[in-house]
Amino acid sequence: METLACVKRVPDTGASIPLTDDERGIDTSTLGFTVSPHEECAVEEAVQQVEAHGGATTVLTLGPEVATEQLQTAVAREADKAVLLETDGSEWHPAATAKAIAAAVRAKSEDGAGFDLLLFGNEAADTEDHQVAVRVAHELDLPYVTAIKELDIENGTAVARREVSGGSEVYELDLPAVVAVKEGINSPRYPSMRSRMQAKKQPIERIEPERSDGDGGGLETIRLEAPAAGGGEAEILGEGPAAAPRVVDVLDDMGVL
Amino acid sequence: MVLALVEHDGGVPAEASLESLTLARGLAAEDGELAAVAFDTDGSGPGEGGGGSSGEGGPADGDGLADDLAAYGVTELDRVTHDRLDRYAPEAWAASVSQLVDELAPEAVVAPGTDRGHEVLAGVAARQSLPLAANCVAVAPGEPGEPYELERQRWGGSLIEHARLDAGTKLLTVSPHEVAAEPTERADVTVRSFAPSLDDSQFRVRVSRVEESDEEGVPLGEARVVVGGGRGVGSAEDYAILEELADLLEGTVGASRAAVNEGWRPHDDQVGLTGTKIAPDLYVACGISGAVQHMVGCKGAKNILAINTDPEAAIIQKAEYAVIGDLHEVVPAITEAVREAE
Ligand SMILES: Cc1cc2nc3c(=O)[nH]c(=O)nc-3n(C[C@H](O)[C@H](O)[C@H](O)COP(=O)(O)OP(=O)(O)OC[C@H]3O[C@@H](n4cnc5c(N)ncnc54)[C@H](O)[C@@H]3O)c2cc1C
Ligand SMILES: Nc1ncnc2c1ncn2[C@@H]1O[C@H](COP(=O)(O)O)[C@@H](O)[C@H]1O
Repeated sequence: METLACVKRVPDTGASIPLTDDERGIDTSTLGFTVSPHEECAVEEAVQQVEAHGGATTVLTLGPEVATEQLQTAVAREADKAVLLETDGSEWHPAATAKAIAAAVRAKSEDGAGFDLLLFGNEAADTEDHQVAVRVAHELDLPYVTAIKELDIENGTAVARREVSGGSEVYELDLPAVVAVKEGINSPRYPSMRSRMQAKKQPIERIEPERSDGDGGGLETIRLEAPAAGGGEAEILGEGPAAAPRVVDVLDDMGVL
Repeated sequence: MVLALVEHDGGVPAEASLESLTLARGLAAEDGELAAVAFDTDGSGPGEGGGGSSGEGGPADGDGLADDLAAYGVTELDRVTHDRLDRYAPEAWAASVSQLVDELAPEAVVAPGTDRGHEVLAGVAARQSLPLAANCVAVAPGEPGEPYELERQRWGGSLIEHARLDAGTKLLTVSPHEVAAEPTERADVTVRSFAPSLDDSQFRVRVSRVEESDEEGVPLGEARVVVGGGRGVGSAEDYAILEELADLLEGTVGASRAAVNEGWRPHDDQVGLTGTKIAPDLYVACGISGAVQHMVGCKGAKNILAINTDPEAAIIQKAEYAVIGDLHEVVPAITEAVREAE
């Protein structure tokens, strides 16, 4: 079984998100980079399905040259092949991203290396657009389902589970299919030091994607804003175990006792 | 006209749909035409049954959904009826809404920012080759035909993006719990049934069954008290002291992503952006630094008590109360003191 996992390089933000001076982007000068937790799970799921059913996993990203870092991390987590759709680093709209990914997948299936299972994160960490997976499925005329927390492949059918209030919905999709997953579907492995070193040697296939912007209008960022942080400073109830009686008073006032 | 996707459970509209309707109504102000589209499925939740009946011309007697929506200013309800739409099907729903867009040529289509809402509008966006603005919290329509100026959440709500959406039909989802659902003067609602033209290919995927969960205890999202533990807890075993305090306060235990990644707690316990959003009266955050992605999950908490060795930790700025110290000593001391007080 051939699996594909799509990941997007995003800044790894901590307790606050610094903005650039023009307020249109994030000041990444002090930040590291990562991928969305959902995408870590997409990679893990792709690898686990291949471990169970045979085949190979390809990890793909559309982004700048430095996004090879995210591909290497996925390779260290046992993905077999890596594809970079190399851009100049500017933000692509979801429709353009999806068309470029679909074109790359189409080219692979002409090579005879088509994918049976195309895995995505439910939403990217930065934009949370919730649409690239569905748009790719539409381009390729494949069945799709999103927000999946459990996936089993049985005889060419994907059985996918989505959490709903009070239970879950079960979907069945004939492969090939597109599935967008949520964190919790599995526990991504930690790459060992050795696999990290080996991953650096992994050849990366580079494709220059075609950017198809502009159809149907657009969504243009004017500026970003950090919402006003409420509160301010906590009332310090004390230090160490000696603070316990004060805590009890406060809990009592809150009415939780 | 503005078209709003409404999710309902056996005819009772979901809260997130009423929120997105409230936002949609503001956009429909120009001609006052607010159309709702709803699917006659057998209820969306486990164990629910029976969609409403549909009629042509006016709200049929006992059409509870039309009645509920009229209170939110809906002037037209399009009930999608199709013999194979008894269960949710991502492609069939997207195709139906897309056909309705072709017929009604609305200025905008608004959906709740739920799993289904996003999935359906993404499908409409793909079919119509239109942009989709997800997770909106405020939208200013401007002159008819002009772009919308909108605000939407990014990074799990830790950033707001001000953006301009330019498209013939504007597609939007509304972030849940951000816009208060407010009824308005009742509108006269016309109920139509809409029969989409669908074939097998749109039913490649649909809900094949719904299963009830067998989880016991208070779900994290509904607990009145949550005692959360982060990397500072140090091991799976040490959650026992958090369990003890949580039990005493009739609450439940939560965790940060760092703790889940360590394998100390299951992902179901994770509080945050990619975990569960909680809204307890009290959240006790033990050994948690206060990363934005964690805090978006607990911003619904009425009170946060942080227990942390580091007085500079970000959570101290975001909590109402704090105890500076080692949670391994502080938590048992609180448990003890609560017992004595009772
Ligand atoms: C897209 C994205 C989504 C994410 N989603 C989530 C999410 O849903 N939920 C989530 O939690 N995180 C999420 N994260 C991760 C998040 O950014 C942080 O990495 C994580 O929340 C940190 O967990 P922590 O506070 O337990 O660990 P740390 O940041 O390591 O903090 C540990 C804290 O414990 C304190 N401490 C240490 N020892 C003790 C002791 N003995 N007693 C008391 N205090 C002590 C330290 O002072 C420190 O403040 C996400 C990240 C990304 C990029
Ligand atoms: N630039 C990209 N490169 C590769 N995959 C992407 C990219 N952008 C989005 N995706 C995939 O599409 C999913 C949904 O993204 P979005 O629609 O932007 O929220 C992500 O979790 C990724 O799996």
